[in-house]
Amino acid sequence: MISFSAVSKRYPGGLEALRGVSFTIEAGELVFVTGPSGAGKSTLLKLIPAIERPTAGSVVVNGQNVGALKRGAIPYLRRNLGLVFQDHKLLYDRSVFDNVMLPLSFGTLAPRDAARRTRAALDKVGLLERERANPIQLSGGEQQRLAIARAVVNRPAVLVADEPTANLDEDSAWRIVDILLSFHQVGVTLVVATHDQALVARHGRRVLQLAAGRLAGA
Amino acid sequence: MRTWLRQHREALARALGRLGAQRMATLLNALVIGVALSLPAGGYLLLSGLQGVAQRVSYEPQVSVFLKAGAAQADLEARMRRDPRVAGLRFVSRDEALAELRVTEELADVVAQLERNPLPDAFVVRSADAAPAALEALAEALRALPGVARVQVDSAWAQRLAALVRTGRLALGALAVLLATGLVAVTFNTIRLQILTQREEIEVSRLLGASDGFVRRPLLYLGFLQGLAGGALGLAILAGALAVLNVGVRELAQTYGSSFSLPFLPWDDALSVVGFSGFLGWLGSAMSVSRHLR
Repeated sequence: MISFSAVSKRYPGGLEALRGVSFTIEAGELVFVTGPSGAGKSTLLKLIPAIERPTAGSVVVNGQNVGALKRGAIPYLRRNLGLVFQDHKLLYDRSVFDNVMLPLSFGTLAPRDAARRTRAALDKVGLLERERANPIQLSGGEQQRLAIARAVVNRPAVLVADEPTANLDEDSAWRIVDILLSFHQVGVTLVVATHDQALVARHGRRVLQLAAGRLAGA
Repeated sequence: MRTWLRQHREALARALGRLGAQRMATLLNALVIGVALSLPAGGYLLLSGLQGVAQRVSYEPQVSVFLKAGAAQADLEARMRRDPRVAGLRFVSRDEALAELRVTEELADVVAQLERNPLPDAFVVRSADAAPAALEALAEALRALPGVARVQVDSAWAQRLAALVRTGRLALGALAVLLATGLVAVTFNTIRLQILTQREEIEVSRLLGASDGFVRRPLLYLGFLQGLAGGALGLAILAGALAVLNVGVRELAQTYGSSFSLPFLPWDDALSVVGFSGFLGWLGSAMSVSRHLR
C-alpha cells in the first residue's frame, strides 16, 4: 500500500531531512513513526500525499509512484488519503460543518450526499452538535477531532496523522487516539507520527523509528 | 457533465458571494472599470454622431459648373443629363445669381455698386454618388465639357470632417487599447489581492485534494463578473453623461433648424461593451491566477 525505497529528501538550503529510508506498510496496518524533533517524521509523512517530493528513491502509494506524479494527478492522490496536520489547518472563516464538507466539494458527490456524509463524519468524532459553530470556538482537542472528521469524510483507505496529540491534555489525547484507532479497526491503514512514547508503548504494534533522517528501527 | 456544470455553478456562486461580501470594494472596482470604459465608449458615440452629420451632408453632394460666356446651355444640359453619375441638375442664370446676391444682407451694398453683372451662368449638379472620389471624377468629366469655364466641388469641408472623424477614430482606438490594458491591470491586481486574502483557504484546499481548476474557477468568475459589472456601470455613466450633453447639443442644433441629438449606443453595441468588459476582466484574472497560483 505504501512503499518507501531508498528515499532521501534534501531541502533547498542543504538540510537533509531523510537519508535512504526504505520500508513498506501493508493495507490495514497501524504504524507509528517516532523520533526526536528534526528526525524527519513530518517530512516522511509529507512525502506520502506528495506535499514534498523525494530527492532520491521512490515513494509508492496505492501503486502510484508519487515522486513521478504529474501536477494534475496529485489532487486525485490526495483525495484518496486522509490527512491530519500538526497545526490542524482549519478554516476559521467558516463553520465546523463547512470545514468538513470542504474535501467533498472537490469531487463528484451530489450536495445532498455530501451533507449526509459530512454529518456522519462529525457524528463519528462527537462534534455533530457543534456543526454550526466556528472552529475558533472549539477547544484544542475538539479542533483536532474536527481535523480528523475532515480527513475521514472522503472515506480514505489510508489515514496519515502528524502529531495528532501534540499540545493536548491527556484526556483529549487519549480521545483522539481512540478515534483514530476506531478507523483503523474498520480497515483503514493508519500512519501516525508522534514523539509521545507512552502512546507508542500502549498501541505501538509497528514502530518506524527515525533518527537524523535515517531509519533507526522498524 | 452534470458534475462539471455543478462545479461551475458552485464556483459562480462563490464568486458572487465574495463580490457580495466586499460590496464597497466591488463597487469601487466596478467604478474604476466603468469610468475607464465610458471614455472610449463616449468618444465612439461622439464620433458616430459627427460621422452621421458628415454623411448626411455629403449625401447631398453638389458640383457647381460655371459656364463660359456664350456657352450652349441646352447642349451642355443635355450632355450632363446623359451622364449616369448626375442625379439631377439646376440651371442658375447669371441674372438669378445676381438677384440672390442682392438679397444677401452682407453683400447687398457691394452688389449695388456694380456697373454690370460679373457672374457667369451656372449649373448646380447633384451627384448620384456621395463618395469624395466619385465627386472628383464627376468634376473632372464636367471640366472636360465644351463651354465649361470652372467646376467647383462643394464637398471639401465634408472631406475635412470625414478626415477629422478618421483621425478621431484612430486616437480613440489608441485610447481604447490603453484603457483596456489599464482595465486588465486593475483586475490583475484585484485578483492578486483576492489570492492573498484567500491564501489559507487555497493552501488547505490544495492539501486536501482540490484541483487547480477548482481553485482557479471562482477567481476567474470573479474577474469576469467584475468586468461585467464595470461594463454595465460604464454604460450607466455614459447614459447619464449623454443626457446632460444632449441638452446643449439640442440647443445648438435648434439654431441650425435641426432636432439633432447624440443617440445612445445601439443595444448590440451596448451588449458588446459589457461583454468585452467581462472578457477583459476574465483576461486580467487569468493572467493573475497564472502568475500567482503556481
